[in-house]
Amino acid sequence: MAHVHPGAAPDHRAPAPAAAPKGSGHRHGHDVGEQLYVHRHTPVHLLPPEVKIACLVAFIFVVVATPVHQVWAFGVYAALLVALAAVAQLPARVVAPRMVVEVPFLLFAALMPFTGPDPQVQVLGLTLSEPGLWAAFGIVAKGTIGVLAAIILAATTPARDLLSGLRALHVPALLVQIASFMLRYLHVVGDEMARMKVARESRGFEATGPRSWPVLGHSAGALFIRSYERGERVHLAMLSRGYSGSMPMLDDLHATRRQWLLGLALPAVALVICLVAWRMQR
Amino acid sequence: MSEVLDVAQSDPADRLPQAVGDVPPLASPPAPPSLDVRGLAYSYPDGHQALFGIDLHIERGERVALLGPNGAGKTTLVMHLNGILTGGLGTVAVAGMPVDREDRDAIREVRRRVGIVFQDPDDQLFMPSVREDVAFGPANMGLTGDELEARVTHALELVGMAEFADRPPHHLSFGQRRRVAVATVLSMEPEILVLDEPSSNLDPASRNDLADILRSLDVTILMVTHDLLYALELCERAVIMAEGSIVADGPTRALLGDTELMARNRLALPRGVTLRD
Repeated sequence: MAHVHPGAAPDHRAPAPAAAPKGSGHRHGHDVGEQLYVHRHTPVHLLPPEVKIACLVAFIFVVVATPVHQVWAFGVYAALLVALAAVAQLPARVVAPRMVVEVPFLLFAALMPFTGPDPQVQVLGLTLSEPGLWAAFGIVAKGTIGVLAAIILAATTPARDLLSGLRALHVPALLVQIASFMLRYLHVVGDEMARMKVARESRGFEATGPRSWPVLGHSAGALFIRSYERGERVHLAMLSRGYSGSMPMLDDLHATRRQWLLGLALPAVALVICLVAWRMQR
Repeated sequence: MSEVLDVAQSDPADRLPQAVGDVPPLASPPAPPSLDVRGLAYSYPDGHQALFGIDLHIERGERVALLGPNGAGKTTLVMHLNGILTGGLGTVAVAGMPVDREDRDAIREVRRRVGIVFQDPDDQLFMPSVREDVAFGPANMGLTGDELEARVTHALELVGMAEFADRPPHHLSFGQRRRVAVATVLSMEPEILVLDEPSSNLDPASRNDLADILRSLDVTILMVTHDLLYALELCERAVIMAEGSIVADGPTRALLGDTELMARNRLALPRGVTLRD
């Protein structure tokens, strides 16, 4: 699991310092967070993370607030994001596979025309609920636009910067710390999981069918306990270096007014579209 | 078939040039000992008693190995040195400052003075980059800006890792991570460096590199280890713990040469290795 990195091409690697010796345990591109980031130098990449996060959230709120019957509005939103992806130099072959995360929501949306209230309409010989169809369209359209926006954010912002962005936006420090530890230790736990798998298979275990589930369950339990114990050791190491509840802030760069204006252009345009859509709705 | 191996033991005279910096000249009043443990006894909440009256004095600039079998109470002792564990009998003082859990400022200062390097660098390195990790301790002490940056750079230079400052820790080799872990406490300018199994899991070259680094530091060192040859190479003095007590305290070479003492405490040099006089 730790070795999957979808959509990574050689030029996605972060540049290594020239002085780095070979074989120094260098494993670029294998880390969660880094594997989503696509390294480019574009205006979208250069915007400070807090601006990008805030504007993305604002944009999504506007999209969600748009009446579903105004189909054209969602077309315009999607076009805005496609233009944004183009500015960020994100190729469709990188973005499209990542849209797969949306599939479970689409399955849910697909049920709604069958279970929704009257009036019913005939579509391709099936009797479907009209409000259900509209609700399904709303979920698909709003969900897809939200996922696309999030993919653009993740592809243009390294995971670490996202964390400092959240901090700059005054997200509760505890939540940011938890996210930061997850980022740091996900690969440690992933490696541990991989070692346990090798150890299982070295003793002739093959994961086939429900009979292997108890073994996998025990492994998951062992992994949980190990991670829990590691958490205690890390906390001990933190206390030993003077931790008293808050992480020291090291990078306090502030976004300029110009950067905020540039970032807010996206939700501002979306807001205009949303207002027009509501007007036409009446 | 036994092979005679000569292990270089550091001569105290070797250390003089490095020790010059902070150690006051002999004429001035002596500095308080780096570590002064008196009558320390401790029982875990489940009733298991781990320490039975420990007395340990370590002078400034000494390098001391803490030896003993698993379960001897070495880790419990270490956890007392910076006030992670308290509540038993006895006292601990670091450079003259008593460890008092009730006094938050004192605990903070003690944790600056005692730099513990834990065995698994992945436990010690929890920040997203080497630089932030090395800055964690001094930043908690309130340092900021250029002063903080200078501390970080200096600590990384001491362990030869300055060029890796912007790497995430998991991009480093195990030996490099261990060195960065040492830097994370050196940046707090500790009075005493406490190392838990510093040579474990290191390849032989990394093991030697770390020994050179530790020898070059101007700091008191207490090293908890099962690696007796590493103890012999780096520490002129050794303390043996067994069942919660200190059972021997003396020159490392003399203790390791006492086969009866060693056997009684489940300690042994690797088979085939004997010390040359």
